Amino acid sequence: MALLQIAEPGQSAAPHQHKLAAGIDLGTTNSLVATVRSGEAKTLFNSSGDDMVPSVVRYTADAVQVGKVAQQSAVSDPHNTISSVKRLMGRGFAEIMSLPHKLPYQLVDQQGLVAIETAQGIKNPVEVSAEILATLADTASQTLGGELTGVVITVPAYFDDAQRQATKDAAKLAGLTVLRLLNEPTAAALAYGLDSGQEGVIAVYDLGGGTFDISILRLKRGVFEVLATGGDSALGGDDFDHAIVDWLQQQSGETELSHQSLRQHLQLAREIKEQLSSQASYSFVLPTAKGGLSLSLSREELDSLILPLVRRTIRACKQSLRDAGVETDDVAQVVLVGGSTRVPLVRSLVAEFFQAEPLTSIDPDKVVAIGAAIQANVLVGNKSDADTLLLDVIPLSLGLETMGGLVEKIIPRNTIIPVARAQEFTTFKDGQTAMSLHVLQGERELVADCRSLAQFNLTNIPPMAAGGAHIRVTFQVDADGLLSVTAQEKSSGVSASIQVKPSYGLTDDQVATMIQSSMQYAKHDMQLRLLREQQVEASRVWEAVSAAISADAHLLGAAELLEIEQALSELKQLSQSDDTAAIKAAIDKTNHITDDFAARRMDNSIRQALQGHKVDEV
Amino acid sequence: MNYFQLFQVPAQFDLDLTELGTRYLELQRNFHPDNFASASERDRLLAVQQAANINDAYHSLKQPLLRAEHLLALRGVKISHEQRSFTDTVFLMQQMELRELLADILHSTDPYALIDEAEQQIQQQKKLLLKQLAYALDANQPEQDLLAADIIRKLKFFFKLQHELELIEQQLQD
Repeated sequence: MALLQIAEPGQSAAPHQHKLAAGIDLGTTNSLVATVRSGEAKTLFNSSGDDMVPSVVRYTADAVQVGKVAQQSAVSDPHNTISSVKRLMGRGFAEIMSLPHKLPYQLVDQQGLVAIETAQGIKNPVEVSAEILATLADTASQTLGGELTGVVITVPAYFDDAQRQATKDAAKLAGLTVLRLLNEPTAAALAYGLDSGQEGVIAVYDLGGGTFDISILRLKRGVFEVLATGGDSALGGDDFDHAIVDWLQQQSGETELSHQSLRQHLQLAREIKEQLSSQASYSFVLPTAKGGLSLSLSREELDSLILPLVRRTIRACKQSLRDAGVETDDVAQVVLVGGSTRVPLVRSLVAEFFQAEPLTSIDPDKVVAIGAAIQANVLVGNKSDADTLLLDVIPLSLGLETMGGLVEKIIPRNTIIPVARAQEFTTFKDGQTAMSLHVLQGERELVADCRSLAQFNLTNIPPMAAGGAHIRVTFQVDADGLLSVTAQEKSSGVSASIQVKPSYGLTDDQVATMIQSSMQYAKHDMQLRLLREQQVEASRVWEAVSAAISADAHLLGAAELLEIEQALSELKQLSQSDDTAAIKAAIDKTNHITDDFAARRMDNSIRQALQGHKVDEV
Repeated sequence: MNYFQLFQVPAQFDLDLTELGTRYLELQRNFHPDNFASASERDRLLAVQQAANINDAYHSLKQPLLRAEHLLALRGVKISHEQRSFTDTVFLMQQMELRELLADILHSTDPYALIDEAEQQIQQQKKLLLKQLAYALDANQPEQDLLAADIIRKLKFFFKLQHELELIEQQLQD
């Protein structure tokens, strides 16, 4: 069998050009950071010598602990030790409370959002995730000897808008520049498939601690096209552990478990699961209120406990193949991702379903971080000859509420992003001057069954007869899968727009407040950070416009050119200063003056892109 | 926007989809926002819009119905999405019979035989209509364009039936 390999031969950028970039796998159970050095993507180790950092954060009265040291306190200090926080990202309080498995800490309702009561007060999932991200970024900058220019963070393909937005907010809070949010299975495929010349349909089966994703990708001429994604954002190895805990409870006859003994049971369950991956049966002692209970579990027994869960993943595989319009026979490769794919039953059922031996040559725990690092290296500009195109799709349909509590889909799932789609609506009452828009995500027909993303109003519509007003609602989804919505009444030009984040997300103001109030950023630091951001943006604009002029000066009139050059030299001068507002004004001015030029260049390059193609063919 | 022009392919119904796909990927390679990850904010926004346009154009040309609609729109013919009554009684009868057939599937003792039968009929009609559509559009005459618009409306009913059939099949499997 032809194995795919990580192939980045002879990749070495000149040292002075090399920018520091990292890929981060922000996992439910463990998180990793990786980077490309001397052409090879590798995970990075922290000062304790670990590359896999448990996604656990502990808040004590005067300190924050992340990783192994926090995990060690999980049993003794359950209320302040937060694990699997990824499950809470972008979720509502009520939604989390309705999950079958109870979480061992105090959850509170923070304006509809779920948050956790800790020794340092109420912490929301974005803040907890930011601690993990900051720790990983620290490891990276210490190992690499410099600050990171940008990071690629992976998210489950199934993450909806609110969950993606929350992840991006966490990065912002940790002071990181996000180059791209990348779907985990796509990252795994990148780790295996890039530049290998391998073509065909690939299934990425990712069973992590808390999420299951199945992605059907097509690799063609170095292009990754996601044909379909599916899965279950609340199914993973944690559920195997819970299934074992339930079994343990049956054996001991204990009906109620304290937080502490639930922790103990979960740790034991993990141990049993890991042992049974390599041996046929395992004996252990279960601590109970009446003393230790000697028990043993065989692999067959474990298999029967988790079979319903694994079957659920296979059903999702079936559905995704159907969505992708491919048969099992078409699947050339199966990539296994996530520590839970070490469970023998998972491997055998996956192999049986796809009728193919899955790829496992890269450590399933590290493959996502490695793929993210490869992509980060490309995006930051270290790989000048890169012509990999990474096309992603939107995982869940986006729509609007219409009459009768129904959802009208504007962008169906599996549409390639970025995408912009518009739909026209009209008023249904005479003289109606306002319209309420309710943005939803999900596959079901009823509003009640979909995720509510945002609600906003378009007001000041001129009064007209029913059906007279034409309201055009445009959904735009960027390459990270994040949605923005604009609405406009066509005859009057009245418009309203929204960066979708309210119902289950934090507003920009909330994020800013969180940054300000976090211990990491005193007010002075905050101002410095804003200045730095503007300085970086100023140099980006200066570089971009300068390059544009030297390439396409012929598209400009003499007067235009002069005006632009003046703006550029002003911008250059100001960018050295420490006047944040003046720099921003100079950026805005330069952008404004060059808007036409940029549009002309875009049109021109579209024509050229294809003309080049024709010349090649001749 | 003229999508055929964007991809520099001939403005006709009968398209070489492989060539279209190649052109599409070539454009995306140049304009995908990933190429602009370190660019200025304005340039990044422009890239998102441009890439979205390219995606939309590709989406519209890839599918025969949308391609036909776009071709007609370029010729100034708009397909009205409102309910318009059909005078073609043969077509109406056909639709009613197929609907009855679909309704029977779930109660039948041999549902898969009925599914196959419905599938076959739908495919046959779709094929026939698509052929007629290609012919009408190729003529590039005003009255033929109106006929094409009519055929598109009919085809939509068959695509809808096919979708419903798929849902029924799924329901059976679950």
